[in-house]
Amino acid sequence: MKVSADHVDASALRILIADDSDSDRLILKTLLKRLGHEVRAASDGREAVTVFPDYQPDIVLLDVLMPVMDGIDAARRIKEMAGEELVPVIFLTSLTDADALAHCLDAGGDDFLTKPYNKVIIQAKLGAFNRMRQMHRTLSRQRDLIQDRNRQLLEEQQLAKRVFDNIAHTGCLDADNIRYHISPLSIFNGDILFACPRPAGGMHILVGDFTGHGLPAAIGALPIAEIFYGMTTMGFSGSDLLREINDKLVRILPTGMFCCAALIQADFHLNQLRIWNGGLPDGVLIRRDGTKEFLESKYLPLGVLSSGRFDASMEVFHTSAGDMLLMMTDGVLEAENQNSEQYGGARLKQALDNASASEQLIDAVLTDVVAFCGHRKGRDDLTLVSLKMVVDAEFRQPAEQLPQSVLKGPTDWHCVYEVRDETLGKFSPLPLLLHICMEVPGLRRKSADIYTLLSELYNNALEHGVLKLSSDLKTSSDGFSYYYSERERRLGNVDGHFIRFSLAHRKTDAGGQLRIICEDSGDGFDHTTELESQATEAHYSGRGLMLMQKLGNSLRYSEYGSCAEIVYDWELAEPVPE
Amino acid sequence: MPIRTHRSDDGQTLTIQIEGRFDFSTHQAFRNAYEHEDREVSNFVVDLSQTTYLDSSALGMLLLLRDFAGGDRARIQLKHCNNDVRRILTISNFEQLFSIQ
Repeated sequence: MKVSADHVDASALRILIADDSDSDRLILKTLLKRLGHEVRAASDGREAVTVFPDYQPDIVLLDVLMPVMDGIDAARRIKEMAGEELVPVIFLTSLTDADALAHCLDAGGDDFLTKPYNKVIIQAKLGAFNRMRQMHRTLSRQRDLIQDRNRQLLEEQQLAKRVFDNIAHTGCLDADNIRYHISPLSIFNGDILFACPRPAGGMHILVGDFTGHGLPAAIGALPIAEIFYGMTTMGFSGSDLLREINDKLVRILPTGMFCCAALIQADFHLNQLRIWNGGLPDGVLIRRDGTKEFLESKYLPLGVLSSGRFDASMEVFHTSAGDMLLMMTDGVLEAENQNSEQYGGARLKQALDNASASEQLIDAVLTDVVAFCGHRKGRDDLTLVSLKMVVDAEFRQPAEQLPQSVLKGPTDWHCVYEVRDETLGKFSPLPLLLHICMEVPGLRRKSADIYTLLSELYNNALEHGVLKLSSDLKTSSDGFSYYYSERERRLGNVDGHFIRFSLAHRKTDAGGQLRIICEDSGDGFDHTTELESQATEAHYSGRGLMLMQKLGNSLRYSEYGSCAEIVYDWELAEPVPE
Repeated sequence: MPIRTHRSDDGQTLTIQIEGRFDFSTHQAFRNAYEHEDREVSNFVVDLSQTTYLDSSALGMLLLLRDFAGGDRARIQLKHCNNDVRRILTISNFEQLFSIQ
């Protein structure tokens, strides 16, 4: 469009007039020109409509009664052609009847001027309509700008979301025994849900809810994802992850922003769940027989307490294959219906009771929440995840599928690592030892085996050797929880004790041989009877000797069980690249 | 006004009362309620008797107040919460940081 508004004289307008009376037309044209405007005159409505597109006037003045096409018809067409642009149409009339004047405005006109013309009034009206026209144009421009910026922002967010998804969703959320639902309020949502297999088997799941949603929440989620996947893959425990994540969030988040979260450490081999809940609604553990246990939040959310005051103790639950764990964010309980009532815990319990097959647990709860809310859109993000405990073998180890690294690394080496005194109670050497072994080219694919061997040896040395706990305790559910509380207690008093790992690796024709020796300062145990009893009975856990025998090529105890030696022969999947 | 403040006669205690929903929309008003007071206030009372709802951003604002009032040395009481509000404070274990009555 022409930009008369940008003229030096802002009030100089480009005006189209149409009047079939030659004298009236001439009078008006002269008058407008004297006022400093540019004028194009037409003798009827048809001509006005024809010249309109090329002339692009700022304001149109139309006589109402004209031959060929009258002013009202012309006004309608001109308005159509102008589209979103505001081109004021003012009718010229000698009519004085109120109904007739009103009819002009009903037909799409913006105002009228009565003949004979009054110069002062014409000048004032043109000024008023010019202001309106400029305001309209400013608003349209601003609207277009906002639309443009919004579209740009959404595109950027979509791109950022792809990056975010690549970082955040690399884990094992699609495992057969996990079901989940995430509903985003915006492209990014304040809820996080990560799952990652542990090198020893089993997995970690982190479900959380940041204060607020959108970009700030997503930015906070990124370092959590990095720590969660990184440390889990390296073999760190749930408590280690929690401490690290909390510490990071305390440092990077402004006060007032935090993350309500629950961390689940599932071990399918030991059949146990370890759970930490800080600020999320009660988790529900549904046993195979239908009984339910509620796992309430016992801690402050992540990112609130400094590391000195943060408590990362995880509660231990003994489970069986077929047990289900359900965790959710507060969006579920706070979902509102038309009457602003919240869904709440009572309705959730009812929905869980009604859910017949445990497989459809999440669907049952979701259907119920949606039915309750009606068509009202959720105010908060809403995330649900369920985990089914399975038999160890059903959970596949993804490390075996890793591409074999072609990088060269150390193949012939020996190292001794000893943990002493109070460090025994505070620090697990497993991630470090696993890391050393994973430097061997080709051995990374066997990380699950190696981690299992290291952790079985370490746990035996610590729990049975140093802490003198009897595995018989773990044969009953009561004893099971006693065992773990006793373990915590005794860990406070380990002065004078040690656990020493000696690792040696050498290259063989087919792959390599790893030799692990684990010694401890305990009194030892009768490993001969232990092996026999495990072969005959289905133990809750025992000492995992059977498992180690299966994995390693040889398992040998000496010094009355306080020194264990495992030899692990492994083969490359493909021939060694020369 | 959804947020009212009241100073005790000795000026030591500032009471902040929140009416209706305590969520992000009250962010600025809540901050104004305590930031514009002079330094003599040693006790804070957040009166939640008229509060119908509290969300996680409100929890964040309470943490901001706690920081302002001296962090671990802060003396803040949360008073008269209804059951819904209490439930949210309990889930988040805020009783470890605030005195809740």
